[in-house]
Order: sequence, then structure tokens, then C-alpha cells
Amino acid sequence: MRSVSIIGVGCTKFGERWDVSLRDMIAEAGVLAIDDAEISGEQIDALYVGNMSGGRFVEQEHIGALIADCAGLSRLHVPSTRVEAACASGGLALRQGILAVASGYSDIVIAAGVEKMTDVSSGTAADALAAAADREWECFFGATFPALYAMMARLHMRRYGTTHDQMAAVAVKNHHHACYNPIAQYQMEISIEDVSRSPMVADPLHILDCSPISDGAAAVVLAPTEMAKKLSENPIKVAASAQASDTLALHDRRDLTTLDATVHAGRAAFTQAGIEPRMVDVAEVHDCFTIAEILAIEDLGFVEKGQGGRATEEGLTALGSSLPVNTSGGLKACGHPVGATGIKQAYEIALQLRGEAGRRQVDEAEVGLAHNVGGSGGTALVHIFTR
Amino acid sequence: MTTQAPRFWRSIPQRYNLSGTHCKRCDEYFFPPRNLCPNCRRGSHLEEYTFKGTGSVVTFTTIYNATEDFEKLTPYNLAIIQLDEGPKVTGQVVSSSKDIKIGMRVRPVFRILGKEGDRGIIYYGTKFAPLMEPSCEDEKR
Repeated sequence: MRSVSIIGVGCTKFGERWDVSLRDMIAEAGVLAIDDAEISGEQIDALYVGNMSGGRFVEQEHIGALIADCAGLSRLHVPSTRVEAACASGGLALRQGILAVASGYSDIVIAAGVEKMTDVSSGTAADALAAAADREWECFFGATFPALYAMMARLHMRRYGTTHDQMAAVAVKNHHHACYNPIAQYQMEISIEDVSRSPMVADPLHILDCSPISDGAAAVVLAPTEMAKKLSENPIKVAASAQASDTLALHDRRDLTTLDATVHAGRAAFTQAGIEPRMVDVAEVHDCFTIAEILAIEDLGFVEKGQGGRATEEGLTALGSSLPVNTSGGLKACGHPVGATGIKQAYEIALQLRGEAGRRQVDEAEVGLAHNVGGSGGTALVHIFTR
Repeated sequence: MTTQAPRFWRSIPQRYNLSGTHCKRCDEYFFPPRNLCPNCRRGSHLEEYTFKGTGSVVTFTTIYNATEDFEKLTPYNLAIIQLDEGPKVTGQVVSSSKDIKIGMRVRPVFRILGKEGDRGIIYYGTKFAPLMEPSCEDEKR
């Protein structure tokens, strides 16, 4: 297998983008990434795009061909593949691109992600997202995504003494980070009180414990590391790409306060990269809900099981600490256009490792990790990047 | 709710009567029924099994913001219940949100779970109610 590097990245502004379409956003992200890589269309061997539910959100399937067309590549007949793993669709597209380059089958590959969620009502969006859970045995009985994570939160509170204030600290931190990120949906500070006073969605999760409904697209350009050294001044090496699955329904899991898919993907990634969790300088983790970031930092081995809430409250994961988590603002404050999220995470880590993250730059960042989850943990992807 | 007639009809035994499977080889119980036991896979020896329906609340939430199909029901309790035979299921618990607790014993109750508009199918299925001291209010829901 060949070593793979990222030679270009691009990301649109995330948010409620009523003025632009899915097509506009994917073209914008693609052009930004291709410009950044300084390559031309003729050099592109393949496209992979993560998109969870074009069918529900904009009544458009066949997103693979669509993005090749929008990117101006239709006359070059570049093979283009849409992949889906709910909220992990972006991370999965990245992995498919990496596998294509690593195998030697393709040289220059674009891995992209896009979701246009605000063209439908919030009720329709919530229902489309609920399709990532078990339709027949969770949603049929009235389960919603916040409800599934709320049930994980309730048990985590009971077992480990995690408090709602500790969960709120995740949202407060990520909003703070987002203030330094020009593409973030919510560039504004919030307080613990703001979170606790916000309307209840699914007890104990309030609306400000939840990531928003967002529009956005992101793209990265991949190349074999040997070629990347010639094409780019600052290539970012993919040190590991790992993926794991678990039961679709939360209730079938071995443990309701652990995402085993994250544990397995994380271990595999650390083994591939030959590093320990403590060697990671900056991480983007899947904080679709505040409790999800607490579970993620535990399941990835950054803190002991049960200590995620306390670690967050003590500031161990904030900018300026030893392991800044979600410097982009995370899903919570940067926004969560589901198919784009996994690629945006790679975009953020690439900026950090290139030293181009502006006011949210982590000093001397050399090792970065991106963690993307599908559904309530049926899929997890972990990527590790190095300078 | 986007479930359509054949899709709902196929799962009536499970939805009405908590019918699942039991693997005779490894003695694990499954709900809903599985075609393959994840322990024994192709060596599975599965038989039908109807669950008693009693169990305990493992974790729960009260939902205030639901999908369109469940909006009228809010707030309602959703829980993961461990059936006495072992498997866990997701289901609504018909009790006041103040009364529901982790570890609470529950029993199955047959209830309407949804409707396809005014003229479509009515979906029936299982909800759960506290096993001890069912109050009049629980029965109304």
C-alpha cells in the first residue's frame, strides 16, 4: 500500500445558506480545494463524495455524477462515487479516496462531502436524520436522535457522576473556538447558564446541547505521498485511516455509555500510525451532542472512561491546553451539514498542521486526529494526520 | 411515519406480541427476531420465542421535541428496557416523567403507536407501563 497525503483543502461557510444550493456549495468547495492544491481537472483520477440524504433534503440522488458535473468535470468523464454512512458519510468518502490512492489504482483523488439541509422544514430534517437510527425498532416507537444520545447521557450521569454543567462545558468551549473560525455557523460565545436555560429537547439534553441543522460542503485533494512532495510545499500525511461498525440500534450495544465502533476504529488507527493517544496535538471529534464529545474523548483513550465530563469542565480540551478538541467549533458550533462534516474535520486538521488556522492555531501542531460517527455509533471512522 | 402496509404487516407478530428468537446453541435471546445469531452465525439454531414482556428500565429520556409523527404526544418518555430474558428494546413508558427511574420494573401494554393520516393504517404495538402500582392516569395514556 502506498502512503497518501492531502495536497489541497477547501470548505464553504457553514450555516443556513438559503442563498445557495447543494450544487453551488459543492462547486465552491471543490474549486477551493483544487486551487489550494494547484492542480488541473485533467489530473483528477476519481471523485468520492459523502452525502447522507440528498433524496430527503433536496430530492436529489445520484450525487456522484452531480458533483462531477457541478465541478466542471463531466467532459473528462472522471469516475465519481457517492458514499453514505449517515453522519459519517464525509469520513467514509475520505477513507474511500485514501484507499483508492493507497491501492495504486488512482493517483489524484478528490474526497468531498456536502449536505443541504435547510431547504426542508426542521421537522422533515429531523425525520431524515432519524433514518440513521433503526427505523423499525427505534424510530417506530418515537425515538429521535437527541433522545438516543439523551439516554446515553442519562446513564453516563448515573454511572460516572457526570453533570449537565459538564456537558454544557462542551458547548461553551466549542462556541468559544468557533469565534475564531470564519467558516463557523455560530461565531458567538455562550455560557453554561445559556445551555441550561435553553429549551429541553430530550431530557437531559437542551437545544444548546445539540448540533444544528446546517448547509455546507468541503473537499480535500489526495495524492500518493511521493507525488505530493513534488506537487505541494506543505503536504499533510495520512498516518492512519480506520473504520468500524456496530449494531444499528443503540439498545443492541454491548455498553450504552461506550461507542465500541469508536474504540475499535481508534485502536486500529493508533496502531497503524504507531502512536499513543497522548501524542495527538489537536483533535476534531464527533460532537453531534455535548455528551457525544465526552464519550468520544473517553473512547479514543484521551481520558479514562467516565472522566470526559470532568476533563472538559477543567479545560483540558480547550484551546491552549495539552489537547485542544474541536478547534473548528466542532459540529456544535461550526455546524453539522452531515455529509460534509467528516471532510471539514480533515480540512480543519490540515489547516492546523500547516499552521494556517489563524487565531485558533494550536502551537507546534504535528499530529492531528479526526473522528466521525454515523448514527448513534453504528459506524465510526478515525483518521490520523501528521506533518 | 413512512411505514407502508406490507412493511407494517410483516412485523405484526413482533409488534403485537414481542415475538423474537432464541438460539438453542448459545442460549441467547433476540428481539426483534434474527435470521442469524451473531454469536453462532451459520451455526445458529434459532427457534421462535415469545417474550414475557416484563423487564427493567436501563436508561430513559423525556422527549419534548419530536418528529412530526409524534409531535402531538410530547412530552413522552422513551426508554431502553432490558427484557427479563436478556435482550434490550426501545419503547415508550407510559408514566409521569417524574416517576420513571433507572431500574424501574415495567410490563408491556398494547397501544396505538401511530397513524398514517386520517384514513391510513393505524399502527398498534407495545409500550411499557410500570409493573407495580399502575395508577389510573397511566391507564388513560
